[in-house]
Amino acid sequence: MSKHSPLEHRGPSLVALRGAGKGPRPVDLHAVRAYGDTLDDGQMMLSFALPVPFGDEAKEAGRELCRKMGLLEPQVYHAHDLGEGFTYLTIYARCPLSIDFTKISVPKLDAQRLDKAGVEAFWAEHFTRKIRILGACTGDDAHTVGIDAILNIKGYHGEKGLEAYKCFEVTNLGAQVSNDALLLAAREFEADAILVSQVVTQKDCHRSNLAALIDLAEAEGLRAGIAYVCGGPRLSHAIALELGFDAGFGAGTTPTEVASYVVQALARER
Amino acid sequence: MSVVCTAFPVAPGFDCPSLALDAAQVARGRALARQIAQEVQTFTEIRSTVAIERTVLRLFGVEGATDGEVPLVNVCVDQVHLAGRLQDGIARPFCAALLGTGLQPTELAQEIAAGRLDLASFAQSGPTEHNMLQLGKKLADIGLDRIAAQRRQRDAFQARLGCGVQPLRYVIVASGNIYEDVVQARVAARQGADIIAVIRSTGQSLLDYVPEGATTEGFGGTFATQDNFRLMRAALDEVGDELGRYIRLCNYASGLCMPEIACMGAFERLDMMLNDALYGILFRDINMQRTLCDQRVSRRLSALAGLVINTGEDNYLTTADAIEAAHTVVASTLINEALARAAGLQTNQLGLGHAMEVNPLIDNSLSYELAQAILVRTLFPGAPLKFMPPTKHMTGNVMRGHVQDALFNLVGVLTGQGIQLLGMATEAMHTPHMHDRYWALESANLIFGGGRALGSELQLRPDGAIAERAKATLDHALVLLEEIAAEGLMTALQRGHFADIKRAPDGGRGQDGVFERGENYWDPSEALLTGRLIAAGQLRADGCAHEPYAGGEA
Repeated sequence: MSKHSPLEHRGPSLVALRGAGKGPRPVDLHAVRAYGDTLDDGQMMLSFALPVPFGDEAKEAGRELCRKMGLLEPQVYHAHDLGEGFTYLTIYARCPLSIDFTKISVPKLDAQRLDKAGVEAFWAEHFTRKIRILGACTGDDAHTVGIDAILNIKGYHGEKGLEAYKCFEVTNLGAQVSNDALLLAAREFEADAILVSQVVTQKDCHRSNLAALIDLAEAEGLRAGIAYVCGGPRLSHAIALELGFDAGFGAGTTPTEVASYVVQALARER
Repeated sequence: MSVVCTAFPVAPGFDCPSLALDAAQVARGRALARQIAQEVQTFTEIRSTVAIERTVLRLFGVEGATDGEVPLVNVCVDQVHLAGRLQDGIARPFCAALLGTGLQPTELAQEIAAGRLDLASFAQSGPTEHNMLQLGKKLADIGLDRIAAQRRQRDAFQARLGCGVQPLRYVIVASGNIYEDVVQARVAARQGADIIAVIRSTGQSLLDYVPEGATTEGFGGTFATQDNFRLMRAALDEVGDELGRYIRLCNYASGLCMPEIACMGAFERLDMMLNDALYGILFRDINMQRTLCDQRVSRRLSALAGLVINTGEDNYLTTADAIEAAHTVVASTLINEALARAAGLQTNQLGLGHAMEVNPLIDNSLSYELAQAILVRTLFPGAPLKFMPPTKHMTGNVMRGHVQDALFNLVGVLTGQGIQLLGMATEAMHTPHMHDRYWALESANLIFGGGRALGSELQLRPDGAIAERAKATLDHALVLLEEIAAEGLMTALQRGHFADIKRAPDGGRGQDGVFERGENYWDPSEALLTGRLIAAGQLRADGCAHEPYAGGEA
């Protein structure tokens, strides 16, 4: 290409653009960065409001906050005057940090995913009586959508709930059950597994509620021998373990996932 | 374009593609609903509840709580109830004690709370009977006057600032702290909100008392208290004045304190109340006798206050399937309408609830939604229908959620809904952040503006899938109404017709607060309220409901 080619002023040569027959650059799993449209560009979108009046200062404040987070080249794509001295910002920026993906470790449920027939077959092999499952939405939480999706015959996402399984005897205590009442019922019912749903998460009340249940269960001598399982949109298996539960399920969990875990965990325990 | 304005009658007629329904079938549905409501009315008229008695005292002007934060109205009613003498009502002993002591209502309640006075000992009135009746009427009238004055105040605001254009944009605040809520609400008003609903703290429906004072902590919402009502009302009046729009305030007259909260809301000029006859029974396991009695009184007060009530059928579809159970929503709205009219509520006060809850990932989900929205719209001309967004199908995928909410907004404006509960993209994850509300309002502003005239421009194919689906749903609703009318509402609730949930007549919370009225039962506000509703043309001269859409109502 001649020295005076117009392309020279626009960037790399056509040869370089074609990649000279090379494939995409391989990802270095020891240094992974966010991806926008080019490997390692570190592109991220941020969306937040600041309690400062709309204007150039608000935009600069947003950019400055991004710089303090270590982000590069923050650009305000959108700023909106919310009124009352508040400004909403959408910012794109580049994050230079990388993580070593090979060092990532996440606790996983130790259970194979089975379908309903698989769960029932597994149960028939390992148990001689029905597994008693007690479910509740605890504390002030009145949102039973989650526990109902897992337990009610109707189920969720095309799967029947645990009530429909011949291997389970299910009692769903419903909404706003206190930890005391739940454990009292667990004793009476001789529950093998307790399923607690927590949807309301304001000021992290779900965490304190769940942790309190485990404390109480230990004090009452009801911790050992019972599988404690929690679920909710802001929960995960890792959080559940942290709170003293045996397992946790997040948003989108279907009944077979819970059923698979319960039969296998209880079989292991025996 | 019709408006939701409680001050003026709303002419039937709306912007929605027309749907030809069999008039005889619709009339049959209403007749069945009226029959069902009549049975409930007969049951509730001869009963009262501790919440209703506490409401009588609130109308009398009793306010405040003990040092231990027990409301004075609870102290008084509990004293008589525990003595086993509530069957004649709280008004009789309370008025007798006022005459006997010469104290003012709140002063008397304070004496009772301090343990210096036993109301039960005043139950036998004797020679002062006439004076007692006069005093009771006078006090009840003062309370009802307070409510009427707030209604006039709203009328004046709306005459000056207008009533807004349907669909009204309804957003929630739910920070748990009333002072944060006020900031969030004022911002929302500036982004275009017409209605601010303060979501209640999640445990409140099961409290058998109304907390006192301005509150700064709550879970999933903010406690409904009279002080919180007052703070938010003042803030919305101020920002509304500046914006030149009347910003409506909404809360929840539901749970175990349904009539008390209706009364407090009426005192503080709330404009809208979630107030369902069946919701608490189904979703909070509140005893059905309790809720059916309480809904009657709460709705009568709301009728006087000029409030719009919002019913909760939309919630049925959060537990039941939206396609399979669509007819239960239609049947229930007809029952809720009949119960509301019996309480003196007018067409323009009926925010009958329904929802867009069909799985958005199935083919033609929008056709199903349109069929349902047009059907409900066509059944209740002029009523400011409350349309709820797809909450069950919201996930952490906020981008998809935002699109689902946009489709919901399109269906809302296309079918002439009255009150659009704007969905929040982050709904499945947290109570709304300030800018979640901005996203929602911007979407609604865009779509309502752009789609304003679509409903009156488009026509349905008479033989098409949408019209057929709407008719099939109405057919199913009629079958269900026939069944419920034959067996009675309480049996129907027992059999799990609604939301796939079964409830027993003597099960659930709050039954110990229900009692049959004794021979000498007296609530001076009852006859006065009926008189006012008749005088306002909200009830017929015989105290019964007007025929819906027969031109008989004010």
